[in-house]
Amino acid sequence: MLSKSKIFFKGIVAVLPHMLSVIPFGIITGAIGIELGFDPILVYATSLIIFGGASQIIFMQLLSGGASSLVAITSVGVINSRHLLYGAVLSEYLEKLSFIKKLIISYFIVDQGFAESNKYLRQNKNLSNPHYYVLGTGVTLWFCWQLSTISGIILGSFIPEELGLKFAIPLTFLAIIVNDLRKLDHVFVMLVSGFASLILFDAPFKSYIILSPIVALIAAFIMLRLKK
Amino acid sequence: MTWFSIIVSGIVTYFSRMAMVALIDREMLGTKVKEVLNYVPAAVFPAIIFPGVFFNDFGYLVELTDPKIYGAIVALIVGFITRNVIVTILSGLLSYWFVIFVI
Repeated sequence: MLSKSKIFFKGIVAVLPHMLSVIPFGIITGAIGIELGFDPILVYATSLIIFGGASQIIFMQLLSGGASSLVAITSVGVINSRHLLYGAVLSEYLEKLSFIKKLIISYFIVDQGFAESNKYLRQNKNLSNPHYYVLGTGVTLWFCWQLSTISGIILGSFIPEELGLKFAIPLTFLAIIVNDLRKLDHVFVMLVSGFASLILFDAPFKSYIILSPIVALIAAFIMLRLKK
Repeated sequence: MTWFSIIVSGIVTYFSRMAMVALIDREMLGTKVKEVLNYVPAAVFPAIIFPGVFFNDFGYLVELTDPKIYGAIVALIVGFITRNVIVTILSGLLSYWFVIFVI
């Protein structure tokens, strides 16, 4: 029988390899926030309150580009809808927790932590306290994320504008989906979204950022139907 | 106003994490919905990548010889081969800077 602290520690170890991407991503997020002209306190607040790299960057990029709050908030919602899937999968292991504990642990559900927890818990179904594993991954990622975005905020004020660091935004998102480039069905959805965004770019209130994913998800839905 | 947006975005994000864990029965999410949710990253991120590469700061299409096009092509190839997040970003940035500052 594994003790709670041992399970927690296993979670920590499992996400350590992810730090190679999480830390630079956090630095980029902080630096881009400064480059886009936001107050350092505001940039850091997104790390604490939103706590999600992709959503933080998109949120700041949209607001700095003159998008309305409604568009910025809605696009954060669209991006994060994937968490519903994570929650649905993890809820099997978190069922027995009290409501309060469920509320706390939810804050720490992030991509890399979910991936590792899902892998481990599926193989260890009889674990007595599976939530400590989820917490181990989440808390570790949380600390690294906070520290790396703070480093990025500090670094950001030294990076000269001529470097065009804004170009790191599309590159970062390209890097996020790089794993799916070998799956033809995903590439199809990517192309639909990409071309839709070019066509819809001039739609009012920067709504292309919401409309293009919706168009692409409808395409994905139709594709799934035709496959069957 | 920015603070307000950050807080509401934080609530929205937290809700997306918490809803299936604490509020909604996971059976509510049908197989079809789960299948479509799998495509959320593929549906969301290109809408940021494409305009970021193909449009300039004023919202006009860039020329085919723009440094951003080179950077994106290099990053795409390197990413496809290595599947490494950091190597992908760095290769794109370095080739972008190479075109701007060296060529």
